[in-house]
Amino acid sequence: MDLLAARWQMAISLGFHIIYASIGIAMPFLMATSYWLYLRNKKKIYLTLTKAWSKGVAIFFAVGAVSGTVLSFELGLLWPKFMEHAGPIIGMPFSWEGTAFFLEAIALGIFLYGWKRVSPYLHWTCGLLVGIAGVTSAFFVICANAWMNSPAGFDWNGGNPINIDPWAAMFNDAALLQGLHMVVAAFQAVGFAVAGLHALLWLRTQFDLHLKATKIAFCFAAIASLAQPIVGDFAAKSVARRQPAKLAAMEAHFETMKRAPLLVGGIPDEATGKTRFGIELPGLLSFLAFGDFDAEVKGLNDIPRKEWPPVAITHYAFQVMVGIGTLLALFSLVGLLFLWRAPKKFESPTLLKVLVACIPLGFIAIESGWVVTEVGRQPWIIYGFMRTSEALTPRPGVIYSLALYALIYALLSVVSVFLLTAQVKSLHKELR
Amino acid sequence: MSFLVDATLVFLAAGILFYVLFGGADFGAGILELFLHRKHADEQRRIISRAMAPVWEANHVWLVLVVVILFVGFPKVYTTVSIFLHLPVMALLMGIVARGCAFTFRHYDTLGGAYYKSYSAAFSLSSVWTAFFIGVTAGATMLGRMDPVGSTFYSAYLASWLNPFCLCMGLFVVCLFAFLAAVYLCGETQSAPAQRILRRQGAFALGGMLAMGVGVFLFGNGPTFPLAQMFFTNRMSQVSFVIATLLLWPLWQGLKNEARSFRVRAIGVCIVTLVLLGWFAVQYPVALRTTVGDITFQAAAAPEATLRALLASLIVGVLIILPALGYLFRVFKWEALKQS
Ligand code: HDD
Ligand code: HEM
Ligand code: HEM
Repeated sequence: MDLLAARWQMAISLGFHIIYASIGIAMPFLMATSYWLYLRNKKKIYLTLTKAWSKGVAIFFAVGAVSGTVLSFELGLLWPKFMEHAGPIIGMPFSWEGTAFFLEAIALGIFLYGWKRVSPYLHWTCGLLVGIAGVTSAFFVICANAWMNSPAGFDWNGGNPINIDPWAAMFNDAALLQGLHMVVAAFQAVGFAVAGLHALLWLRTQFDLHLKATKIAFCFAAIASLAQPIVGDFAAKSVARRQPAKLAAMEAHFETMKRAPLLVGGIPDEATGKTRFGIELPGLLSFLAFGDFDAEVKGLNDIPRKEWPPVAITHYAFQVMVGIGTLLALFSLVGLLFLWRAPKKFESPTLLKVLVACIPLGFIAIESGWVVTEVGRQPWIIYGFMRTSEALTPRPGVIYSLALYALIYALLSVVSVFLLTAQVKSLHKELR
Repeated sequence: MSFLVDATLVFLAAGILFYVLFGGADFGAGILELFLHRKHADEQRRIISRAMAPVWEANHVWLVLVVVILFVGFPKVYTTVSIFLHLPVMALLMGIVARGCAFTFRHYDTLGGAYYKSYSAAFSLSSVWTAFFIGVTAGATMLGRMDPVGSTFYSAYLASWLNPFCLCMGLFVVCLFAFLAAVYLCGETQSAPAQRILRRQGAFALGGMLAMGVGVFLFGNGPTFPLAQMFFTNRMSQVSFVIATLLLWPLWQGLKNEARSFRVRAIGVCIVTLVLLGWFAVQYPVALRTTVGDITFQAAAAPEATLRALLASLIVGVLIILPALGYLFRVFKWEALKQS
């Protein structure tokens, strides 16, 4: 009961934080682009857009920062045994992350309130710095998470880590790819959300500003979306190497075999070890996982039952992510072609309406991706070394803190959306 | 090894000190808003918003730094606190979330009016709440009622902090933060009535600090935790106590005589720093006291390789951060400083 509550609390807190964190990663770059256009062309409209975006960044940054601070305590509150052992090993990226946060907060302060106080190009640099620091801090946190998937840099002396090497732990096998995949995902999700939002506003108000905003955001989103399937494929290969159980669960792959098929859709049944209704593409899983159509892919039936992650959740989440990733990549290709060859067609209501429909997709993919990573790692908190149940806080009553946190996050989401609408209204008043 | 531990502790102490001096003052500003003068309320709110907005995010990161040093360098301390002081730490977190959001939301509430009031109320109340629980948590680490073997609800969740000593510590911190905010904000405005109000608030907060300080020494005097005896036999805390007491006189004069706000600020900072130094001196080398014995920093420290790497990162981090932070304050605080 407590274990379940603690996992839910972790999932809710991180799932909440990641939305704000993604905005903190990508939004400063959009803002800096618009500002750059203003500094170059001196068109007032870009300045207005920059200022409008910067207010959004400020609101989301504040919520992201406080929710992140809470997370750094929460890890200790919920998983003290994990932190006690993992802290010394994997603390390094967290301390670097602290430095990145500092820079981010400082640069943001100067950017938001320094309009008349510092020279334009320095001011612009500060805006860009917010984004660079955001990307860097995301990389560092993900190093820590990747270490849970791919532990390195210590010897496990009967439950006590010795011979600790913090650098090896930080630069573990999974870190680089997971970090890259996440950063690209942030650009994709935020890019599409912003493009869609402004497309919606343009359809309603016809303010030119919204069209410009849509285009800037779409360019970022499209480039990221085209890169993502490639990065994701590398990520899957790395999972295949280091976490066969996770890969098997992602694919609902029960029987070990050569020439393993790729499963699209399907309803896995853990009790019988069969998957119904899926479309099987022969040999493709072997190829995607190991680069060879004849490679053997380990199935769940050859993995002890105690070490299975929840198969169905992992599988569905993976399907959702990859489905969205494919869809967004195709749509990006089409959109870019229009933008390049027939810009007028890009402005057609149909295309803009599709963009509007894409608003939540990237974020849904991010959340599903994290479910794949985190649920797929179960029952381990440190893969192969420590089980999640061993790490749980000995204190009872986690369920109450879960309820409290859920309530607070719900409230914060409502208020931030409310504030955002208020910002849009005041922007429109200004434009009229 | 023991050198590494001490060097890390220097960073930890500096992190706490800066969090109090900068972040604490931001909480203090929220606390002061509870005691606004009816006629000058809007003006004072404006002063606070203007002073805080560019820097509060950066000020807040000192806390992140403290947490990181604790859980990387002294994981045993971090986990013990998070298990045995569960409720006050949780309360503190709730306060942090509410405070940060309320302040930002108020700042960007373009429609004004109805919501402005509720954001302001949330900002003030959560400032008091958070400051109070920071004090309670600090008090509980000293007092030694954390009970790793207890099994009742009371012993597990409440005994460690629900007592007069910790409550006095909580109120002491509330007053201390309010005091800092009042003396800082003096320098942020030229308006005479606002200055007068802030100085009076500063004096009141100082009075509260002294009263609560007495309470802390009274209640912190059990057989297992003889605070007064520990405090007054420690050379460093003796010295800081004497200097802080001597500084009270010029501070009082400064507050009363409308002296230059720069002087008031400088003395205020010195006093708070001395208070903290006194506390560190009493605490060292013990990190936490529990019912089954003390946990020293030495015993709780991470392995050598980790401490080494942590120190290296901290040093590099400081080299990057300090100039940037200096620039931030130069851009936004220089004018005010020159005028005072
Ligand atoms: C916009 C979001 C988004 C999109 C479109 C995709 N992903 Fe993803 N994926 C993520 C967002 C994401 C993520 C949320 O960022 C995760 C969670 C952990 C991580 O490092 O990235 C992730 C994890 C993740 C993992 C697990 C990594 C691990 O456990 O170490 C794999 C194998 C993939 N992804 C593969 C793909 C493939 C083949 C995609 C094909 C298009 C894809 N992802 C699209
Ligand atoms: C921000 C994106 C993230 C999301 C959405 C996310 C999601 C989740 C979910 C769904 C769980 C519950 C899994 C289960 O119990 O079945 C979980 C657990 C956990 N996550 Fe993540 N996670 C994220 C990033 C991270 C990062 C960066 C770290 C560490 C640095 C981390 C550390 C943990 C820990 C310690 C647990 C609890 C132990 C466990 O269940 O394995 N997570 N997270
Ligand atoms: C994959 C997961 C994560 C990513 C990509 C991520 C990224 C970020 C980013 C970009 C920010 C800057 C704030 C913003 O722009 O809104 C941030 C804030 C923060 N995050 Fe996360 N984070 C993740 C998970 C975590 C976890 C697990 C922790 C705690 C251990 C954490 C701790 C923090 C803290 C303390 C802050 C606030 C820093 C400040 O005050 O500026 N984050 N995170």
